[in-house]
Amino acid sequence: MSHVDAQSLHVAVLYPDLLNLYGDRGNARALERRCEARGIEATVTGVDIGDEWSPEDADIVLVGGGQDREQRRVQADLERRGDDLRQYVDDDGVVLAVCGGFQLFGHHYRGWDGEVMPGIGLFDAVAAHPGPKIARCVGNVVVLWEGETVVGFENHGGRTYLNDNQAPFGDVVTGFGNNGGDGLEGARVKNAFGTYLHGAVLPKNPHLADRLLALALERRYGPDSADLAPLDDSAARKAHAEALHAALSTSESALGRRFA
Amino acid sequence: MSTPHIRPGVSPRLTAAILAGKAVRQGMRTLGSGGTALPGLVVERLDADAATRIAGGLSATALITGTNGKTTTAAMLARILRADGRAVIHNRSGSNLLRGVTAALVAEASPLGKLPSGCTAVLETDEAALPAIARAAPPSVAVFTNLMRDQLDRYGEIESIALRWADALQDFPNDATIALNVDDPLIASLAARWAGECLTFGIEDPNVPAAPEGEIVDAVWDPQTRDDFRYTRRYFAQLGRWYTDSGAQRPTPEVAAEQIAIGEQSMQFTLRTPDGSTPINLPAEGLYSVYNALAAAAAALALGVAAETVRDGLEQHEAAFGRQEELEVEGRRVRVLLGKNPSGMNQALRTLQQSGQQHHMLVLLNDGIADGTDVSWIWDVDWESQAAHCASLTVGGRRAADMALRLEYAGLPEPIEPVGNDIGRALRQALDATPKSEQLVILPTYTAMLDVRQRLGRMGASRLWDVA
Ligand SMILES: [Zn+2]
Repeated sequence: MSHVDAQSLHVAVLYPDLLNLYGDRGNARALERRCEARGIEATVTGVDIGDEWSPEDADIVLVGGGQDREQRRVQADLERRGDDLRQYVDDDGVVLAVCGGFQLFGHHYRGWDGEVMPGIGLFDAVAAHPGPKIARCVGNVVVLWEGETVVGFENHGGRTYLNDNQAPFGDVVTGFGNNGGDGLEGARVKNAFGTYLHGAVLPKNPHLADRLLALALERRYGPDSADLAPLDDSAARKAHAEALHAALSTSESALGRRFA
Repeated sequence: MSTPHIRPGVSPRLTAAILAGKAVRQGMRTLGSGGTALPGLVVERLDADAATRIAGGLSATALITGTNGKTTTAAMLARILRADGRAVIHNRSGSNLLRGVTAALVAEASPLGKLPSGCTAVLETDEAALPAIARAAPPSVAVFTNLMRDQLDRYGEIESIALRWADALQDFPNDATIALNVDDPLIASLAARWAGECLTFGIEDPNVPAAPEGEIVDAVWDPQTRDDFRYTRRYFAQLGRWYTDSGAQRPTPEVAAEQIAIGEQSMQFTLRTPDGSTPINLPAEGLYSVYNALAAAAAALALGVAAETVRDGLEQHEAAFGRQEELEVEGRRVRVLLGKNPSGMNQALRTLQQSGQQHHMLVLLNDGIADGTDVSWIWDVDWESQAAHCASLTVGGRRAADMALRLEYAGLPEPIEPVGNDIGRALRQALDATPKSEQLVILPTYTAMLDVRQRLGRMGASRLWDVA
């Protein structure tokens, strides 16, 4: 009897109720949807504080953004899972950590009131809020990632600084990125991506969504299994183009500065 | 900190500022553009204390702040006060920064800065502008409606607004009353920061339907004790009957809506006040309208208006043109429901769904400063619930493609061909998709609402109850 089992993927969303600032829930929906369309069975599970869970059960781990107080709230629970998560990434596990989640996946985050929240050190980076009187990094962002644009919105008080050997996710075309100074955005370790681009970054960046899926399938089913059938992405491409336009038309001055 | 004491009396600088402000206003009228805060800006530039000096001549001041419901609450309160025979000064909807308040005061003031005697100011107050406005126009009553996730790009984190409000309270006059929506735990917590009079309001009805699971909620715990807020019943967003494990709980409101019934484009309830109860037939829809009415009622009661007059004022309420009410355009019924943040939009959708009908929909998403430049919030709206109620769909505005992608994910009907930036074309397309005598529902963000309202006006839209 020859039959090929349908592929399946497990997506775990860490703290879906606490770290869900501005549309982060759309990322899980994008992965789910793109699997469905290809006959890949996707299950999405939320992981809350205190839940019995091991990253080994997951193929993709998502963590979203929160305000300082929510980050403080999940911090101890996340720290407890640090060893498991680092091991998972070491074993090529796929991660997308956005905004507040990205900050807590570095060594630590110092909040606006000066309180230091230890992170899990998955990224060799530190984040610090310069204080309530300093302006936040807010606006549309365009990042150049492996020769393609990734579009989104950023809104973070904290600034992230990568240590020397830590690779960024991409280069800032327009926007602040990690700290508004060094032109770098996010961080990447193996198959773990950290970024400040929040608000459902995957739906309008389907190439990034598919990369996460391909990496996860490859890890689970071997290198030949990761050929993803193309999908009709016309709506996503239009949204991508529109966001690109919004970012570039509102930031001519910033662009001028960067490329002057 | 203390309120700056500005000496009343004639000031040449103030007079120059007022005359300049009035001239600018007149000039703008001639050009046919009203409603901006430019006159206020000019006056502020010429005399930074102008608002404070003029406001000194008010007999009472009501400030209304919070995320959702400010405009409608202010309109309801103004109507109640007029029903009570008082002269009311009112800032224009949306002009809710200090310059908007200044513009409203200058418009009524004589060149010497004198207001007609006995005026009450009803001032819609931007959340972040509350400290500045309260210093310029010290409140007799300040109403706090709710504090929800809204435009984090502009306001920053919710907690920082709550802290700013708590600071602002320290500058309020000692005899001010604060009116608090105690169904919102973050608003209720302001009571502990205020030594003066406090009047609480909320919903007291065990039969109000609970919010759907999975709806976005903010303020999940007490910032002081870090206790979770739990709910015996949650109405929408974080509003409801809350308590914490360490024994804090929602206080029983002194001004309450009881026995709420949903009517045809109206809400009926019993308004319970410390003065006794009175039945209200409110010509507005949705539970949030009941909250707006409670907020206005609490402010009016604090200003000494009798409960019967509060009822008369509320029952005369009319939505602003093209906002919430039904219009008639080319033989179609058109409704405009402003949706500027997830909880507001979820409420608008729930109100639509209560009718049980299918809707032709026009969704307009702009990303101007007044809309919030971050459109990510559309992912936090439960559009999925509308999938079964949508007969046709048109999308427009500066971020139409983003909206179309979100609605495709939500399973709304295809084909969704975003018409792009051109709101005029989007409106045309949506009207064409709506058969005669059927209803088109327009869900715009703030600047898109201003735009579409103007177009509807030019198309000869009339209020349906005027032609009926
Ligand atoms: Zn963010």
